[in-house]
Amino acid sequence: MSKTPAKVGRAAAWLPVATVVFGILLLWYVFAVVLNLPWEKSVATRAGTSPAMMSMVENTMRQERPVLPAPHQVVEEIINTTVKKKITSKRSLVFHAGITLSSSMLGFAMGTLLGILLAIAIVYNRALNKSLMPWIIASQTIPILAIAPMIIVVLNAVGIQGLLPKAFISMYLSFFPVVVGMVKGLNSPDRSHVDLMHTYSASPFQTFFKLRLPTSLPYLFTSMKVAVAISLVGAIVAELPTGAVAGLGARLLAGSYYGQTIQIWSALVVASVLAALLVMIVDLLGRWVNRRMGLARNDNAAAGAH
Amino acid sequence: MNDSTTREPSVPVASAAGGADVPKAYRYRSMERLLLPGTSAVALVSALMGGSLVVGMGLAIIGLLAFWLLTHSRLSAALITGYASTAAAWFLIGELDAGNSPGPGFWLQVVAAWAMAWACVEQLAAINTLSRFYQLLLNILIPLLFGLWLLILWELLTRGLNVPQVLLPSPSLIAERFTESTSILWADFQQTFLKAVLIGYALGCGSGFLVAVLIDRSPFLQRGLLPIGNLVSALPIVGVAPIMVMWFGFDWPSKAAVVVIMTFFPMLVNTVAGLSAAQPMQHDLMKTYAASYWQSLFKLRLPEALPFIFNALKINSTLAMIGAIVAEFFGTPTVGMGFRISTEVGRMNVDMVWAEIAVAALAGSLFYGAIALTERMLTFWHPSNRS
Repeated sequence: MSKTPAKVGRAAAWLPVATVVFGILLLWYVFAVVLNLPWEKSVATRAGTSPAMMSMVENTMRQERPVLPAPHQVVEEIINTTVKKKITSKRSLVFHAGITLSSSMLGFAMGTLLGILLAIAIVYNRALNKSLMPWIIASQTIPILAIAPMIIVVLNAVGIQGLLPKAFISMYLSFFPVVVGMVKGLNSPDRSHVDLMHTYSASPFQTFFKLRLPTSLPYLFTSMKVAVAISLVGAIVAELPTGAVAGLGARLLAGSYYGQTIQIWSALVVASVLAALLVMIVDLLGRWVNRRMGLARNDNAAAGAH
Repeated sequence: MNDSTTREPSVPVASAAGGADVPKAYRYRSMERLLLPGTSAVALVSALMGGSLVVGMGLAIIGLLAFWLLTHSRLSAALITGYASTAAAWFLIGELDAGNSPGPGFWLQVVAAWAMAWACVEQLAAINTLSRFYQLLLNILIPLLFGLWLLILWELLTRGLNVPQVLLPSPSLIAERFTESTSILWADFQQTFLKAVLIGYALGCGSGFLVAVLIDRSPFLQRGLLPIGNLVSALPIVGVAPIMVMWFGFDWPSKAAVVVIMTFFPMLVNTVAGLSAAQPMQHDLMKTYAASYWQSLFKLRLPEALPFIFNALKINSTLAMIGAIVAEFFGTPTVGMGFRISTEVGRMNVDMVWAEIAVAALAGSLFYGAIALTERMLTFWHPSNRS
């Protein structure tokens, strides 16, 4: 989506990022103190003591239910609920992340497939292009996540339970970037390339598999990066309305019911790490495919395929 | 099938080829060869299988008529098929209203009417008009027709097959519920859209933009913030909703806060990218004018950044709706679109949920449309808007 203003070396590239991350952590600690201090003060006045300012500030770092937990508290909680718990345990974040991940992956796969098929239909049929494409774009202005509870209840009534309803919401969210990117990608071969295929008297199938599909791959991977991130969001939100008992969304909900802020933050951080990892995997996969196809130099061609 | 690659062998080629007045015989495209005659055949069979005689014969005759007519004028073929299919749909819905139980003849007529509507869309899409006005009209008409037929099929299928209302209410039921409960819908709309979404959107986009302009003079900060901004755009930020509800309470400010966080980073990243979009040549020109930093910012770089900024505004319009509605799942006063949806689902009032979804869809589309229109007005000079 964006390029750094100037080409800089590796070492120079991470320095600004590290600085900003450090700054954010520092701000986080400051806010943790500021936001948690009133609680410490009220505890002190209720106890009738007046502890030194420094000890109160220290205490803000280890409250049970802080307004804003300090970063190290969140990290501690994550370590406690991942490394130190069995994966099968209901309190293990790995267990919850696995459940959310599986439904979002299923939804992502279905969404990508649906997106590719729709894109092919749209590229090859002019009437579909004119009639369906505007609705596909309009479909995303509808806040689909609002419909999530209903989709789940309705599918439940038909007898579909478990992963599939959640995957459906992930699918609905993730098919869109794939359609848009693939329509662009399948239409991206040069006019002269299409003409060349004509002079070879290639059948539509041959033109598709030997020209259009390979040319569209960089676009596909760019869209899939957006789609995989959004499918995780879909799976998490899909867990909210049904009062699901497992999954990262369920952890968020339970945390908000019982005021367990540390639990909310740790679920949030794990979800973010998961999203970052997924995007990275798709990115690496895309680079690998591009390199194998000798398209590495054209990486930037797909940069605008948002 | 490969319309996009081959040019149509229709009128202009024939008239340019020679002096002869006789136009070349029209070559039907593969889709056309099947669709309209097929429609006629299905309609004929439907009349034999107990469907309405008028609809069956009417569709059969008009199908053949249009099949012949389209070699002369696509537009009249499209008009006649469009009119006939809509009339047939009207008739079929009327039959359901009268309480007749649908048999195989009825369903065949539904298929025939739908196929005829599809033929109409095919013909409309194949029209190449030189006038920009008519092309625009067509580009609006075709998706509208498609959407109308989606609704018609929805109505016919849910009522004809007696789909339980809990699963999927028919559009007419939803419309009825919509008109009955406009006051509730309006209150929800006010709470969620006018307060949470609009205020959060303005604050989030505004602050993202301001921060981008502020860090514009520090490449170091830009290089640090850009990767993080890109990363954050991929994260499930809606997850902060429970935290915001804890911090800012149940009413709309907590929802607006979620919207602010969700919209901030896309705006930041896009504005920073947009501010570096101006060409070196243009920068040089500003230099030769001895323009100050602020002059070149306002006269060159901000206008150049507008397409990027509007891109973020569009992405954010959807995100804002999602953020506000999802945040309501974590606790609200007893009003709001997300609240209404989750409680009415619990009560199995699915028609009310759909009415609420209709409001959300309408609001979302209009919001997006308004931004897109503003973009066209402000960036009329951009190559993508000049054909």
